[in-house]
Amino acid sequence: MLEIPVIRWGKPYESFDQQEVVHFETGEPLAKVHQANAGLVKMDMRKAQRARDLLREIPISKLLEICKKAADLYMTAKLPLGNGTQTPEEFCRIQSASTGMPEWMCAGNMKKVAFVLEHMDGILDSLTRGLPLDILTRGYGMEERGVMMSYQAHSPVLGLVLPSNSPGVHTLWMPILPMQIGLVLKPGSSEPWTPYRMTEAFCQAGIPRECISVYPGPHDVGSTVTELCGRVMLFGGQQTIDKYKGNPNVQAHGPGFSKILLGDDVVDRWEDYLDLLVDSIFQNGGRSCINASGIWASRHTEAIADAIAKRIGPVGPTSMTDPEAPLAAFTMTGAAKAMNGQIEAGLSEPGVTEVTAKYRDGERLIELERCDYLRPTIVHCANPDATLANTEYMFPMASVVQCDQKDMLKKIGPTLVCTAITEDAQWSQQLLDATQIDRLNIGPIKTNALNWLQPHEGNIVEFLFRARAFQNESPAAH
Amino acid sequence: MIPGEHAIFPATIPSLFGVSLTVTDNNNLDELVKQNQEALDAHTRESVQWHFNPETGSPYWLEKAKSLDFNPLTDVNCFEDLNKFPLFEDDELRGGPVSRWIPKALVGKPTYVFETGGTTGIPKSRVVIDDFRIDYENFSETLPDEYFPKGSNWLMLGPSGPRRLRLAVEHMAQYRGGISFCVDLDPRWVVKLIKKGKIDEVKEYSAHVIDQAMAILGAGHEIKCMFTTPKLLEALAMRLMDEGSSIEESGITGIFCGGTEFTQQWYRFAREELLGENVYITPTYGNTLMGLACGRPFDPADDYKITYYAPQPRAVIRVVDFDDHTKVVPYGETGRVKLFTMTKELFIPGFLERDEGEREVPHVKYPWDGVSGVRPFHEIAASTTVGVY
Repeated sequence: MLEIPVIRWGKPYESFDQQEVVHFETGEPLAKVHQANAGLVKMDMRKAQRARDLLREIPISKLLEICKKAADLYMTAKLPLGNGTQTPEEFCRIQSASTGMPEWMCAGNMKKVAFVLEHMDGILDSLTRGLPLDILTRGYGMEERGVMMSYQAHSPVLGLVLPSNSPGVHTLWMPILPMQIGLVLKPGSSEPWTPYRMTEAFCQAGIPRECISVYPGPHDVGSTVTELCGRVMLFGGQQTIDKYKGNPNVQAHGPGFSKILLGDDVVDRWEDYLDLLVDSIFQNGGRSCINASGIWASRHTEAIADAIAKRIGPVGPTSMTDPEAPLAAFTMTGAAKAMNGQIEAGLSEPGVTEVTAKYRDGERLIELERCDYLRPTIVHCANPDATLANTEYMFPMASVVQCDQKDMLKKIGPTLVCTAITEDAQWSQQLLDATQIDRLNIGPIKTNALNWLQPHEGNIVEFLFRARAFQNESPAAH
Repeated sequence: MIPGEHAIFPATIPSLFGVSLTVTDNNNLDELVKQNQEALDAHTRESVQWHFNPETGSPYWLEKAKSLDFNPLTDVNCFEDLNKFPLFEDDELRGGPVSRWIPKALVGKPTYVFETGGTTGIPKSRVVIDDFRIDYENFSETLPDEYFPKGSNWLMLGPSGPRRLRLAVEHMAQYRGGISFCVDLDPRWVVKLIKKGKIDEVKEYSAHVIDQAMAILGAGHEIKCMFTTPKLLEALAMRLMDEGSSIEESGITGIFCGGTEFTQQWYRFAREELLGENVYITPTYGNTLMGLACGRPFDPADDYKITYYAPQPRAVIRVVDFDDHTKVVPYGETGRVKLFTMTKELFIPGFLERDEGEREVPHVKYPWDGVSGVRPFHEIAASTTVGVY
């Protein structure tokens, strides 16, 4: 069987503790993943600075070339994996088998990761606002306009506590190595594949192996990574987000509660945007934080809900190898059932109606022997304060919420991606000023159509580096 | 000891109930097992006679006997007969008066009370007169003098307060001719901090505990032995490394260490990366109800597998079926750890620990069932908060 070791600053480490990753449908063991203990992480983190030191020996311009090469290797090469090897096709197959994500979606996520790597030069240029990148290496330098700039890394490494069920998130950590910050990866138990394949691609492309550690392991390994890395990106539910709120060392990614707001000036033409609404809810299995979980409008909401429900309500699960498989499976026992129960409870509130039921043959929840599915669900909420008006679940589920435009910004709550379709200049300004919105699209843009040149849930450069004063000569007299 | 005889743990201490065991063929494990089983049966009979005799038994058990559908004094004739008792629930240990646990024959002797749990609500209490001393004296006999030199001083880097460990380790140090140096450590406060998500404060508290240990180690007390827990050992070893030293250079040669975090993988990590080959570490498994189970002596062939043996006959561990606690699982199979304690001070005729593990075959040094791979019982593991110690 495939055995995958812990990676400690590039060195494989075989642990006595191992965990099998199994096929979500058959239970067949796919690999044995060696498990780190928290002490290993503590011991290794004492040498974290070496990762940054080694990376700083490589010019960022060279690291950007390495990223391009890594993208190619990730997409095309047969790469070593533990005691075996893995082709890109095998990668998609095994990732699908352990996460319940259809294979074509896994392939799609690979392309996203490769896209980010290939365009890393533009992304860094954009995220640093055109900063000469050697300033990140040296710590200071003069900009062309004659201003001294200084950036100091908060931490020599970034710790990542990665999810098991969302292979799409891996794009977020691609810019770290080219900024000469080492990687400490704690993979999700069902998705070790991307961290290991990406590590191998980076290293074969020229990143020193000593710059990356990969620690699969139990929860306390994740907590230790979170505790000891000066900067951490982690993924979890709302509870996790709340736990780390206000902690400047941690960037917590969770539910997005992404929404589309239809302005009063366009809402009478809502049918023009139906494809956009459906795609925002439904693409990528509706699993992502950038999928829309709410459509807000002041009128026509019942008709909008009905039109979306008619399109996606009949959809059901197919085979994981189906090139158009629309739904991902829930592989964690009881998760789908619990969500279904919450949705049913929400539907019992006044003014809340499920619209998809009439277009769906059968129940929303499909329980199989080893996995479950939730079929697409569109809910109409006549009241923006209804529980389901602001919820997010990891399948194509959205609420169409009736709400006056003047009240929308008061009611939408934290929103990762907000697409506001409007040409109302005054409202647009209010949207621009609304701090509860992270990514703002004004115009007919799908919530899941990300421009990677834009910061996502905070600028990663600002998260990793502190802009500060630096002088090596006295300022002009004043 | 007569030459040629084999000391069965804890045969170096005279049996409290007068059961003495002398084994003359120490190479025949089957024979050892058989004789120990006979001794255990005899010990069980005497134990029941003590705890259910109106002249000697505790108010708790004398009262409890009235609700049993059998008569312990006549119906318990061997260890297996303890299955007739309902499972002991440790919630019974909460609250007072704690005098209900003291056997009448021992009333008036100086008594300690040790607590377990208690982060919230009323802690569980166990009264003790001499058991902790006996348990740790017995355990002391299993420590290799080469690494735990008699007369050397100890560092007790573990919980203080109303816990048995602090006094027990101190007594063992004294029993071995040394002095124990202790730190202040309130594990309940740490659990509260963890539950509130105050990780920075947990780190500060942990550093405060390690500061105390560093001060003791650096003060010329000639400490060679230590009790600690896996997390605290990690923290101490790394602090010493950060200061250019090590556990070995600090003078410590022997460590005994306990807790379910002492896993096979952690054992290897500790030996390979924290301690080096010149520092001896032995795992132990115990709690306030049981005393101290010993780890099978280190053998490279075991690949760091940790197997514990209870201090029979004072305490017995059985690995039982998850669905039927009266059935012992076959050797090598997984089950829940069930504990029995039979000392003059305490009678526990079957308590399901919050741990599970694999049943292990007897060892010549401990010719009775052992348990390996001890870990939190899978059904309650997720809700357990593991603190600094």
